[in-house]
Amino acid sequence: MPLETIEQILARAEAAVPGAQLTIVKNDSPCAQHSLAVDVEHAYAVAQFLRDDPQLRLDYCSNVTGVDYLDAELSEKVKVKKLVDGVEKEVEEVKKTQRAGYLEAVYHLYSMALKHGPVILRQRTPGRADPVRVTSLTPLWRSAEFQEREVFDLYGVLFDGHPDLRRILMWDGFKDYPMRKDYVEPDDYEYEPTPHDEVLARAKAHQAAREVGA
Amino acid sequence: MDAPANRTVQSVGQGREGELLEVAMGPQHPSTHGVFRMDVVLDGETVVKLKPVFGYLHRNHEKIAENTSYLGSMPYTDRLDYFCSLSNNWAYALSVEKLAGLQVPERAEYIRLITAELTRVLNHTCLVGFLLQDMGALGTPLMYAFREREKILDLIESLTGARMMCNYMRFGGCRCDLPAGWLDEAKKVVAEYPRFLDEFDKLLSGNEILMARTQGVGKLSAELAISAGITGPMLRASGVDYDLRKVDNYGIYSRYPFRVPLGDHGDVYDRYMIRMLEMRESLKLLEPALNDIPDGPVVDPKAKLRGFRPKPGEAYGRIESPKGELGFHLISDGSPNPYRYRVRPPSLINLTILEDMCLGQTIADAVITLGSVDIVLGEVDR
Amino acid sequence: MLGTGILKGMAVTAKNFVGSYHDSEHPLTTSEYPEQRIAPKENARQFPFLVHDTEDAMKGLRCVACQICEKECPPQCIYIVKSKDKRADYKGQMQLYPVTFDIDLSVCMSCQICVEVCPFEAIKMDTEFELSNTDRFGGLLVNKHQLAKPNEHYRKIHPTEAAVSDASLAVEVAKAQAKAKADVEAKAKAAAEAKAKAEAAAAAGPIGTAPTAPAPKPTAPAAASAAPPAA
Repeated sequence: MPLETIEQILARAEAAVPGAQLTIVKNDSPCAQHSLAVDVEHAYAVAQFLRDDPQLRLDYCSNVTGVDYLDAELSEKVKVKKLVDGVEKEVEEVKKTQRAGYLEAVYHLYSMALKHGPVILRQRTPGRADPVRVTSLTPLWRSAEFQEREVFDLYGVLFDGHPDLRRILMWDGFKDYPMRKDYVEPDDYEYEPTPHDEVLARAKAHQAAREVGA
Repeated sequence: MDAPANRTVQSVGQGREGELLEVAMGPQHPSTHGVFRMDVVLDGETVVKLKPVFGYLHRNHEKIAENTSYLGSMPYTDRLDYFCSLSNNWAYALSVEKLAGLQVPERAEYIRLITAELTRVLNHTCLVGFLLQDMGALGTPLMYAFREREKILDLIESLTGARMMCNYMRFGGCRCDLPAGWLDEAKKVVAEYPRFLDEFDKLLSGNEILMARTQGVGKLSAELAISAGITGPMLRASGVDYDLRKVDNYGIYSRYPFRVPLGDHGDVYDRYMIRMLEMRESLKLLEPALNDIPDGPVVDPKAKLRGFRPKPGEAYGRIESPKGELGFHLISDGSPNPYRYRVRPPSLINLTILEDMCLGQTIADAVITLGSVDIVLGEVDR
Repeated sequence: MLGTGILKGMAVTAKNFVGSYHDSEHPLTTSEYPEQRIAPKENARQFPFLVHDTEDAMKGLRCVACQICEKECPPQCIYIVKSKDKRADYKGQMQLYPVTFDIDLSVCMSCQICVEVCPFEAIKMDTEFELSNTDRFGGLLVNKHQLAKPNEHYRKIHPTEAAVSDASLAVEVAKAQAKAKADVEAKAKAAAEAKAKAEAAAAAGPIGTAPTAPAPKPTAPAAASAAPPAA
């Protein structure tokens, strides 16, 4: 059974969940898997609609992942009408906009009953500073349990309503979030003396520090 | 010994004598298939709580991939599920092809199907061996399984140059063509393989001890399996007909008929039998594919090896790997490295319901339940 | 009857046990390494080596220190330092060469990407697998002297691949030679034409048109410069 278009899903979800702010995130790649961005407050209700709606029945949440977007300057080519030498012409201009960074939790939903998909759901946080909160969808799909824990572990996104939000891959005492784009790896482990100059210099520094320490 | 993990905890009420024992099984335990730990709370021999602990093999595969080129991640995918490197290669190549819109030549599609199905046979062969090892059938079944696995590994080595770390598929095709005489060798192995399966069935499938140990153990209902995102043979053992080879029709699977075996109890025995049956179906797929393979190029001439930069966008590609749905979610920002590279690891997600399956069972049953999930820690921890 | 399944299974193991001594269909699958050795597969890959063409390994290295493999190597185990001067490669073209070419054996993961991306057929995979060493640091850092192996070695271990590689190199050499020859001929022709024109101009000179006269001058240095590559 073919899946509805993303516009149809959006229209029906908006009708079913009053107040939900849904936007379509276009995907320019040839596979054209567009996604729905949903506000954090209504994410649970929208997800429940997607799961229980008889036409969609997205009973299977395949993949949950986080994405980190840093603050960035986006440049976009915009066609602007302008007076050039007294004649109105369409001119391409590069428009620059500042984008505040944000974190994102992405859900790939499929239907095992109707064998279609994917519908991609995205929850975006307002900013990157702690605490960043989104709504946990684990009560709807158990498969999100470990994956949301992983997003929390590696990106520091807090999932409200998650039954057991602990670190999963890193150890409990670990402080930082290693998958964030601005993560700086600590200079606290030993390097093997490989031939690369930079690495060799660091290895030597560590060795010297250890000898002093001993 | 003052190992903190092995301490006893205070007995809980419920009006009965005795105390609960908290045991850390793993990370160094032969039954955990690697560096996996289960924190188990036992009442006598019965499991009352089980928490899986991961991360001992964590190397942040995704971060490494985000700092290397698209091609540079290919050999790292071998190391996810190191029994099935060719399936991993395919899943990654498929996702990048979706992202960049590359076409795969006909011959390469055949090679992909052949190698992926060989890998499935190889993985299931190992799994039944390991599962029986977990049950206490020490040595014999595993050695028989490894003897057969060696034949497929020989094929894979003569094709890709490595037994396990194949690094064979490329975006838009495969790295190299089949060596001379390879197809005849493969046909021979495929023709002889059912004999091993018959022998293995005779050796074990009717074995009363095996049945007593596995039937009714580690049950998983279809509803819970779907909700928990269980995929692969685990899901089909619970009776859910969901095989990506049929659902997504990727590659050239739609050209050949094959059946998807389904279980109806969702217990360890069903999971064992599903694997035995899937191997037979894979061999049925392999026979015509090995005969029909056409001549031609093995890689899309438009696909660039160096300086590969897909246009900005994202793609989620998935295949039916022997362990379940292996997916790659890639986001490109137009640079030579992926902006986001995510692996959807079937082994990890299939462990979500490990506690549900083990509660109320004895610790020995927990071991075989874990064995029937079929995990590889390279993929669980990434 | 309870227990039949077990007995059947026992029969299988008994058959296998006896069969491993007598039955040709159940041969022993192991071999006694290191006394018995199984020849490596033709496609097998273990660790890269650098191909050289001439007797003197260091002079005949095909590597031109382009550093593509260093950049593409996924675990970053290759380390190259370019030379300051140039020398003639197998085509007679002037190229850089590696002053240092080290591969860290402890980091290399035998993925063969360096071989695939090399445009000069300079680095190939060896099938040697007994690479253990007692020196953890120095012994596992392999330098260009240890890496260099003759093309004959490549032909021996990967005959099919080597034939393709040799053929493509031969085409390159032929192309280079043809180009050099064509260049020489073209320049000679241009010089001859210029000379003829100059003579014609000189002959026509007394009658009038001066502008054609300076024409031969620029072609003369070109003809002169065409000479060295031919030599």
